[in-house]
Amino acid sequence: MLRADQKIIAEVIEQGSKVIDIGCGQGSLLEYLEAEKGVSGHGLEIEADRVSAAVSKGLSVVQGDADNDLQYYSDKGFDYAILGQTLQIMKHPKEALEQALRVAKRVVVVIPNFGYIQNRFYLLIKGRMPVTKELSYQWYETPNIHFCTIKDFVYLAKELGCNVERKSYVSKCGKEHKFSGDGTFASNLFGEYGIFVLSKD
Amino acid sequence: MSELSLRKEKSIFGPSYKEVEIGDIITLAEKEPLRLDCGAEISSFPFAFRTYGELNKDKSNAILVCHGLTGDQYLIETHPVTGKEGWWQDVVGSGKTIDTDKYFVICPNVLGGCLGSYGPKEINKETGKPYNLDFPVITIGDMVNAQKLLIDALGIEKLFCVIGGSMGGMQVLEWAASYPQMIHSAVPIAAAARHTAQNIAFHEIGRQAIIADPDWCEGNYLNEKKYPSKGLAVSRMTAHVTYLSESGLHRKFGRELQDRSEVSYGFGADFQIESYLRHQGIKFVERFDPNSYLYITRAMDYFDLAEDHGGDLRNAFKESDTAFCVISFTSDWLFPSEESKQIVRALAATSSDVSFVEIESDKGHDAFLLEEPKFYETVAGFIKRIEKKVGL
Repeated sequence: MLRADQKIIAEVIEQGSKVIDIGCGQGSLLEYLEAEKGVSGHGLEIEADRVSAAVSKGLSVVQGDADNDLQYYSDKGFDYAILGQTLQIMKHPKEALEQALRVAKRVVVVIPNFGYIQNRFYLLIKGRMPVTKELSYQWYETPNIHFCTIKDFVYLAKELGCNVERKSYVSKCGKEHKFSGDGTFASNLFGEYGIFVLSKD
Repeated sequence: MSELSLRKEKSIFGPSYKEVEIGDIITLAEKEPLRLDCGAEISSFPFAFRTYGELNKDKSNAILVCHGLTGDQYLIETHPVTGKEGWWQDVVGSGKTIDTDKYFVICPNVLGGCLGSYGPKEINKETGKPYNLDFPVITIGDMVNAQKLLIDALGIEKLFCVIGGSMGGMQVLEWAASYPQMIHSAVPIAAAARHTAQNIAFHEIGRQAIIADPDWCEGNYLNEKKYPSKGLAVSRMTAHVTYLSESGLHRKFGRELQDRSEVSYGFGADFQIESYLRHQGIKFVERFDPNSYLYITRAMDYFDLAEDHGGDLRNAFKESDTAFCVISFTSDWLFPSEESKQIVRALAATSSDVSFVEIESDKGHDAFLLEEPKFYETVAGFIKRIEKKVGL
């Protein structure tokens, strides 16, 4: 089963392309992309059990740490790199994004939007760190160590000087809305996720 | 297979010079000699191997299994010397991870070995005596070149997979570097692209233990009807410790005493671990040739795939379309995961098709020989993937 954001990623990826999924977990997205889009897939995953589960499924996955191991991949060796809700887990998300832009012609990024209305209200009203269905961890145990908002990410993309080929947000009902500019007030407020397609020569 | 001329031969083993029949032996390099890395040329040499399963019509289902330092071709059948079951019985066989109902599995004894393949105890036809130390020094590359002659003789153009652990994994890497067009996939397990200083150090201890035994007779024990049993046993005891992990040893033996309730205040085998190691040493002496041990450990010491390719491991895998599945074990300190990661990084840098799994295990380097379900699942999944890729 794919998550709503993964379905949108799958729409973006072109048929028959070469893909690296950074933080691929047990490889369900890669499995889907190989079966439905005929892609040549490769995954990078830090958790040993998930890696052996993915390889046991017949996927090509390397056990490694995106923070350290992306640097060893060749320039533009992939058509697409996917960072599907994994950037916020990394120690050095900016560097990891730069590496992803180096190893692939296009990078598809999904970020959970910390500026989402529900999160804002949680913090505003309860005065505590948001714990929602999507962000289901207490602050002391969360793997998500680098949260940002859609607007924050737009600024990072600008800082890195990359082309933003597509930017959109996914609302509560799972619908994708494209937006332009730095992210409107609405996109940053009503987007549960932000989805971006970036490239850099 | 039927057109090949194979024979069985008697060979001697252990301090009792027990005669045992070994098969199947083929003669390789009859028309053209094989040039070794040391510069020597060998021709019409015996090479022992065993096969399991049937080779299909288009010869596309062959898997080559490369054995480790003291392994041999008796992969899944009773060993002719020890009477024990095959060393990879859990992995290879009908319905197993490497399924012999589907695959034709080839397992040769390495060049320099002592179970039928050309090695130091082979009789030199010119002198009528064993070669002993006159046998040329061999390398992992030489082992693979000899295997390639066997694969040619079997009429196989492209192997479905080459797989092996430890020194077997070194051979797998050498295959991928030297004959990429001849293999669809490669599975180096608990391996490294080079022998480290620590690896060489342990081998040197092992060799010196043999050489220090007066019954080694400067390598000529077979002529003197002697046998460096003690030296070889100590070699094995040292090596055996390097194949296990501290936690594995502790789990298995702890500080338990052997057949006694208190220490003896002497140098007998008070502890279970001592008794276990002595037993391992004695058993090993019965089946392995001491000179062969010197030659094969040397071959591993000389292995440095990057050095052979201009100092850059990436060059070894350039223009290879081989799919790799690199596997290491968390508690393996002899061939630690970091060594496997070096291989994976070189493969990633050359945009190769690579998977890498570090399997959680407390069984140390020997984990690849023991029951590790996650390891089996990983190999099985990889094979399935290659089947799809190759269209088998």
